[in-house]
Amino acid sequence: MIRSDVLKSLIPVISDHLVVCNIGLPSQEMHMLDDQPNNFYMLGTMGLASSIGLGVALAQSEKVIAIDGDGSVLTNFGTLPTIANNVADNFILLIIDNGSYGSTGDQPTYAGMKTSLAAVATACGCETVIECQAEDAAETVQAALDSDKMTIIVCKCQSGNIKVPVIQMDPVVIRDRFMKEIQARNG
Amino acid sequence: MSVDKKIVADLVNNKVEFVTTVPCKQLAGVIDEIEKCPDIYHIPSNKEDEGMGLCAGAFMGGKRPAIIMQNTAIGVTINTLVTLTQFYRMPLPMLISYRGEVGEPVACQVEMAVHTKALLAQLNIPTYHFHHEDDVNELDGILAHAFMSNKPVAILTDASFWKGY
Ligand SMILES: [Mg+2]
Repeated sequence: MIRSDVLKSLIPVISDHLVVCNIGLPSQEMHMLDDQPNNFYMLGTMGLASSIGLGVALAQSEKVIAIDGDGSVLTNFGTLPTIANNVADNFILLIIDNGSYGSTGDQPTYAGMKTSLAAVATACGCETVIECQAEDAAETVQAALDSDKMTIIVCKCQSGNIKVPVIQMDPVVIRDRFMKEIQARNG
Repeated sequence: MSVDKKIVADLVNNKVEFVTTVPCKQLAGVIDEIEKCPDIYHIPSNKEDEGMGLCAGAFMGGKRPAIIMQNTAIGVTINTLVTLTQFYRMPLPMLISYRGEVGEPVACQVEMAVHTKALLAQLNIPTYHFHHEDDVNELDGILAHAFMSNKPVAILTDASFWKGY
């Protein structure tokens, strides 16, 4: 399974929740598969999906799933100690680890070599870290949602991409409808 | 009231409830006050662009954010300011210690000081320079301005303002 297969398998599990999606193809794939106001698409700023997601989770009570990538987490490694030390039990960080920088042409990342992101997250102090295979992604995310515990999931999958259109929605529209959805859900 | 306490009181008065910090010697006192303040969630970040991501999330989650950092961070965060904070039109007061101005003991700090205002001007970020202690009285209005306009706003605080820290 490649990332787009993983995302497709996740839709029934995550569709009702707030989702912050990583820059590039992951956002484009989510937008194509299941566009709705509770999705926040990053159109720029590689690396910050986990930080934005944690910020949303700390500021309100609805569950938040940040969909990140191995390359993006490597770019913003400082995020893992911050997550570990600011526990938000409504937060799930799902790192889809295909061992490559998918959006830029599948150049290999160190996460596909010697570096284990799950081991790094654990060393940073994250208390619930689960590594799973692509086939088990939906089940693992569902279990994390049911646990009411902040969870870091590293989902291993194959590298590879499908053709997807770029997102043409205005960033202020993406942000505004996301905020209105959050406001409505928090009463 | 000390300058540190006044800054935190103005943040609270403007309903800022989420503050991320990357430390600087000049900012040590205000960071202590932030940490002590029961109305503010203080979340230290490891790098300023990470902090701006946290602030963007908190804002969308319904809490007014602010970041406290050194002017060297302008060099770190240009991409984030442009492609996240400005592109999505989000407010972000940035209380910045303006290292490298008169009274600075560390020569290297001057190298970034000479670029600080030029970079902020290039980014069209409203910029205020606190030099005298009384300048702190402008903070309340500047914070309101940032949230009214949905823009990042820079408040540069130099060594004279901090009385040489
Ligand atoms: Mg990848």
